[in-house]
Amino acid sequence: MPDMIQTENLRFAYPADEGAEPVYALQGVGIAIEKGTFVVILGHNGSGKSTLAKTFNAVLLPSEGAVYVEGLDTRDENQLLSVRQRVGMVFQNPDNQIVANVVEEDVAFAPENLGVPTEEIRRRVDSALKAVGMEEFVTHAPHLLSGGQKQRIAIAGVVAMEPACIVLDEATAMLDPIGRREVLATVRRLNREKGVTVILITHHMNEAEDADRVIVMSEGRPAMNGTPKEVFTQISALRSMGLTAPDTVDLLDRLQKDGFSVPLDALSVESCAEAIANALNETEREG
Amino acid sequence: MPVLQVKNLTHTYGIGTPFQRSAVEDVSFDVNKGEFLGIIGHTGSGKSTLIQHLNGLLKPTSGQILLNGKDIWAEPKKIRTIRFQVGLVFQYPEYQLFEETVYKDISFGPANMGKTGEELDRCVREAARLAGIRDDQLEKSPFELSGGQKRRAALAGVLAMEPQILILDEPTAGLDPAGRENLMANIRDYHRNKGTTILLVSHSMDEIARNADRILVLKSAHVLMDGTPPEVFARAEELLGAGLDVPQATRIAAALRARGVAVNPAVYTVEALEKELLALRKGGRLC
Amino acid sequence: MLKDITLGQYFPGNTTAHKLDPRTKILLVVLYIAALFTAKSLLAYGLLALTLAACVRVSRVGLKALVRGLKPVLFIIVFTGILNLFFTPGESDLWAWGPFHVTETGLRNAVFMVLRIMLLIMGTFLMTYTTSPISLTDGLERLLNWLKRFRVPVHELVMIMSIALRFIPTLIEETDKIMSAQKARGADFESGNIMQRAKAMIPILVPLFISAFRRADELATAMECRCYHGGEGRTKLHVLRYAGRDYVALLLGCLILAGVITLRCVGL
Repeated sequence: MPDMIQTENLRFAYPADEGAEPVYALQGVGIAIEKGTFVVILGHNGSGKSTLAKTFNAVLLPSEGAVYVEGLDTRDENQLLSVRQRVGMVFQNPDNQIVANVVEEDVAFAPENLGVPTEEIRRRVDSALKAVGMEEFVTHAPHLLSGGQKQRIAIAGVVAMEPACIVLDEATAMLDPIGRREVLATVRRLNREKGVTVILITHHMNEAEDADRVIVMSEGRPAMNGTPKEVFTQISALRSMGLTAPDTVDLLDRLQKDGFSVPLDALSVESCAEAIANALNETEREG
Repeated sequence: MPVLQVKNLTHTYGIGTPFQRSAVEDVSFDVNKGEFLGIIGHTGSGKSTLIQHLNGLLKPTSGQILLNGKDIWAEPKKIRTIRFQVGLVFQYPEYQLFEETVYKDISFGPANMGKTGEELDRCVREAARLAGIRDDQLEKSPFELSGGQKRRAALAGVLAMEPQILILDEPTAGLDPAGRENLMANIRDYHRNKGTTILLVSHSMDEIARNADRILVLKSAHVLMDGTPPEVFARAEELLGAGLDVPQATRIAAALRARGVAVNPAVYTVEALEKELLALRKGGRLC
Repeated sequence: MLKDITLGQYFPGNTTAHKLDPRTKILLVVLYIAALFTAKSLLAYGLLALTLAACVRVSRVGLKALVRGLKPVLFIIVFTGILNLFFTPGESDLWAWGPFHVTETGLRNAVFMVLRIMLLIMGTFLMTYTTSPISLTDGLERLLNWLKRFRVPVHELVMIMSIALRFIPTLIEETDKIMSAQKARGADFESGNIMQRAKAMIPILVPLFISAFRRADELATAMECRCYHGGEGRTKLHVLRYAGRDYVALLLGCLILAGVITLRCVGL
């Protein structure tokens, strides 16, 4: 079975001014994202993480190398709609991706474009709104909703395409903590219950805590690629890339240096507290 | 005497319509000269409405705002002069840039105050320096700058009015961790060197915890808490109940206490928690 | 101030007026306008006013909201009224002062003109109040479908219109925000002569345009990501189908127009 997304030596340069050397935003990315996984891509502004996301559904085409979506080459124009239907994309600003004045019409936009029969559109709209927990808002005007609710509508609009993969391109960056929590809970549920592959692009570390895999982009290349525990315990490497480790790891690292026998990879608040409590108990027993 | 006093402020929208609603209700607090006050509350808690009263953009339905002991609405015709004394930097301020050059944009505020010639030039250059804008960027178009630099240019536009009080609404929204930290460092330097009173509105408890001397927590149009960071974070349960975050260090402390480790529940930085734990190890556990 | 703009606003509901096919409503408005321009007597205007009142009642929109819609065009109404009242040549003056003459024809013209504009606007607004912009543009697209044969890009034009309607509230909110931000930097929109005031608008208009372009760009990408590729092969969530009530409504519309024409022919 082909991977959800696979890139081969992917390079990408935005069009440069005449005479100027093209600057490569992506400088050779070779990654594979397996079906059904929850992957977080981290990186500071300008690290190439958003550019990478936009190559996943042929919004941007590789300057060199290739991107395959379930084995389909994104450069093949005949496959454009199949690629876009497979990989849905949610962007940063909720206001700039809502097309219609009524929630249900907006969610119906993609299936309408795909020529889905009317009864089937109805079914998809209702089930998509249910999947994001917004079924009461079918006939509401999107501009009156909160930021988190708008983003959930945008997710529903993508879910209605029945994609195998959803990419959230900094979709939580403009939201308040409540909105952020709503959106994350929604995509986690889609991943768990419907098996949708989720690729979350963000610079909020704590959104990556329970991901299957974390990829850290730096200077247009994947600098780290592993489980959250593998990535977040490399504190100095993260700092050098303009990112910070979660406070839990920071604390454990300090305590380790102070002579506590704690592991570094207790990422969640609970497991971190557990590890510290255990270490304290041990010193007490020894003392 | 406090530099700013808010007395029984109420602001009601849509009086006489079915949509009548108080965004701020009977809110009172003082701000002392040179203080760094953090204001927190989630979307809809009334904080945007509140800060727009402090520089006279909104007029109270009832109640008073006193600046240096004088009601700012005592002479409604002179309300513009209040706006020069209480500088307000809105959320995403880069969307207000409009001039051909960064220099001209920064000079918009002080020029509106009637400053000219050398005095104007001094204000602009000093503000640019304080906000972290390089000299060679001043003659560029603001639209050529990067996202983070645009934000700094917009911030400089308010600093250039040399306000007595500076209000910042989510100054680091949408920036990556390094960008956030750099901008906050600039703001801290500015506070320290100029002694300006600062009001910082933020969703990020960590950001507030690290910077503010005092915290005001708003919840559904009212003041829920008003105190120093240790006083406020000691009430972590209540904060979480109000749908707000608490700093991760505070959450780890709570999880430790639940495991019988007697750390101070009011710690809010990783450093302080580390110290607590070191002291505990030394002195044995007192539970 | 900007909140007063009600154009394109939609009040959701479940009345017969809401349930009529948008094509029917557009055709009815066309018939109504034709009737308004045919009407020449108080009786005819009375009939048309009564028709509108009946429609308002059916739609449960509330007269208040409809009258509020008149506010932005109040100036035009008053201006036309005054122009007709004082400057219509006629036989005998009812009242005169200097160049101002009020003649009987003038008075009639003024009253009719004001009535006509008011009824026209209220009728059109009633349609936009009871029809969601999407179904309105949908109806328009279907009604104008035949123009596609002459290579008129009907789908594209209608899409542009519906997106414009979608973004009106967003841009109004944005304008308010930018205005506040510039006021916070001491911008003064309230004093000075016309030139100074026009100049004071630059700090609002430049950011607004830049933001509108950015939004347009992002929206275009978002639409493409949702497989938008023009009108070809598109299906609809709501398929327009004429129902019994549409035929009845159209028949009534035609009868009223016929009635007004008859009234005019018999000189009433």
